[in-house]
Amino acid sequence: MKNKTLKSVAAGGLLDRRSFILSGLALSSTYPLAALSQATLEKPRSMPDNIGSELPQWMKVPGYGASEYGQPSGHEKHIKRYLEKNTPETSIFSIWHTPIANQRGIITPSGLHFSVSHNGIPDISPEKHQLMIHGLVDKPLKFDIESLMRYPIVSNINFLECAGNTAPNAVSFNALDQNCQELFGQISGSEWAGIPLKYLLQEAGLKPNAKWVIVEGADGGSHARSIPLSKLLDDAIIAMYQNGERLRPEQGYPMRLFLPGWEGNASVKWVHRLEVTDKPAFTKDESGLYSDILEDGRIERFSFHMGVKSVITHPSGKQQLPDKKGFYEISGLAWSGHGKIKYVEVSADGGLTWAKAHLDSPVLSKSLTRFHIPWQWQGHESTILSRATDEQGNVQPTRDKWREKYASYSFNHYNAIQAWHIDRDGKVKNVYV
Amino acid sequence: MFMSNLIRQLYVVSIFLFLSIISINACAGETTSALKINLGQALSQSEINKYAITITPDGKHLPKGQGSVAQGRKLYNNQCQMCHGENGIEGPAARLAGTNGWISFSDPLRILRIKKYPVLLISVGELWPYATTIFDYIRRAMPHYAPKSLNNDQAYALTAYILYLNGLIEEKIIVDKNSILEIKMPAHELSVDAWKEESESNKNIRKNNDNDQ
Repeated sequence: MKNKTLKSVAAGGLLDRRSFILSGLALSSTYPLAALSQATLEKPRSMPDNIGSELPQWMKVPGYGASEYGQPSGHEKHIKRYLEKNTPETSIFSIWHTPIANQRGIITPSGLHFSVSHNGIPDISPEKHQLMIHGLVDKPLKFDIESLMRYPIVSNINFLECAGNTAPNAVSFNALDQNCQELFGQISGSEWAGIPLKYLLQEAGLKPNAKWVIVEGADGGSHARSIPLSKLLDDAIIAMYQNGERLRPEQGYPMRLFLPGWEGNASVKWVHRLEVTDKPAFTKDESGLYSDILEDGRIERFSFHMGVKSVITHPSGKQQLPDKKGFYEISGLAWSGHGKIKYVEVSADGGLTWAKAHLDSPVLSKSLTRFHIPWQWQGHESTILSRATDEQGNVQPTRDKWREKYASYSFNHYNAIQAWHIDRDGKVKNVYV
Repeated sequence: MFMSNLIRQLYVVSIFLFLSIISINACAGETTSALKINLGQALSQSEINKYAITITPDGKHLPKGQGSVAQGRKLYNNQCQMCHGENGIEGPAARLAGTNGWISFSDPLRILRIKKYPVLLISVGELWPYATTIFDYIRRAMPHYAPKSLNNDQAYALTAYILYLNGLIEEKIIVDKNSILEIKMPAHELSVDAWKEESESNKNIRKNNDNDQ
């Protein structure tokens, strides 16, 4: 009976989600009735005189009060960001990865959002901070926070990904035994709210030869990136809020540029100055760390978009499946800097057969999208993969295909299909296929 | 009687016209104020001069001043080498000299250094397309523990020393706002503008779509 309703959709134990749900409904509609009829036949239950005697301690004392700013449970303290150890040993250049394999849904808690800073986090007094616009404009302008807060504020749920996310799999000759947080922890999802930048640029009045804007932060290193004007007039915002509260300092308090779908480094934090120009400035990061070296030695600059990408987070690298075989739900995240995710395919046999996963609502443009597929693991060695396709028709490449384009030491914009190998003992490991 | 009727009608029509003009004006006034928020304050030239530190590859805004390789070497040894290494290749901070990639003939230990600090896979000397960026970044962000503490002469001197470490200038060259523009960085010829290619292919797609219609 059960085997009939659970329809296989691909080899290796991938199941049809709809038939799975229907079989679940069938069970829930028959079992309670049976249980009820049995209960009526049972003798009256004997309960202890003191109902508290066999209940847990927390049901027998008054709880503690809430606080001004709530914190995660003390039992979840081990869920935290991970600091990359292979950057220079100073706290001012740091790369913190989000614990992606411990999250569900598509929103990353602000305090766990990945964070990269090249010159530390500045302590900015909001009352002294101002946003300046000058260069190829009719009227150079400055805005304090009070004035900015009076402009229309829009909000969108978007992903933010560092160009260097998953770099170890881009450059390492052998697949390193790393977990999902170490390999994929530079992707996060948030609701970002702020002022459409076009309002401010139009107020300053753009000269006909305006084409680029050099966007600069007020941090110690004065981080700067040259951004095409067309993006700033399209969907760029000066973000003031993340997930309903003012930006955290490590996300750019009191304000940051936010560019949906583009590499994180371009969404300049602590933004204070926009210099409108006719050409890019070739700032430090667009000259060096954030350029891509092609297979033939040419160097690609200004490759802003983050390509279509996905990863299975449950199960993922260095995890241990608790049972030798049985039911598991495969779940993960997909995203694309070019628009919405159209579908995600999953394989449980190393890429021989594929089945489409279910996408959770909402499926938003340039946002994390959560996918699921039920899986009956037979206890055999298995390799699970996910492959996302976006609404523009972009498909995640294989690792070999991705490598063809770039030099062996180029590590940015890696979006190849990720494979996790599961051995007979249920140990999950990062592999190349 | 006929005349007075006509006058009355004209009178009514003129009042109607008058009122409708007023209401159109009122609407227009409201629309304009809703579109232009105008809460930005004028930014003065002296404020711009204080903050506009970016140097573009055409050398616009390069300041007066100059520096020699020898002056740069002294500054480097005192303020930079603890992070960038004795020869600008050892790390842990960004590799300033030499080639990109896993191996270099002048540095047999390179692969081990990269294992510890992957950022050493790339080099300022072979990846950055313009020498102006070296001056710009030293002046705005270096040294890491005291950004913006170097004066223009010192920033020119350190630029000279990094160019010298890369064999791009001779030891006797003085770097200033004119000579810095003559430096040819090897990465310049190799650069491809991905954004330009993308916007052009988008334009072509749009053009083709227009032709279809």
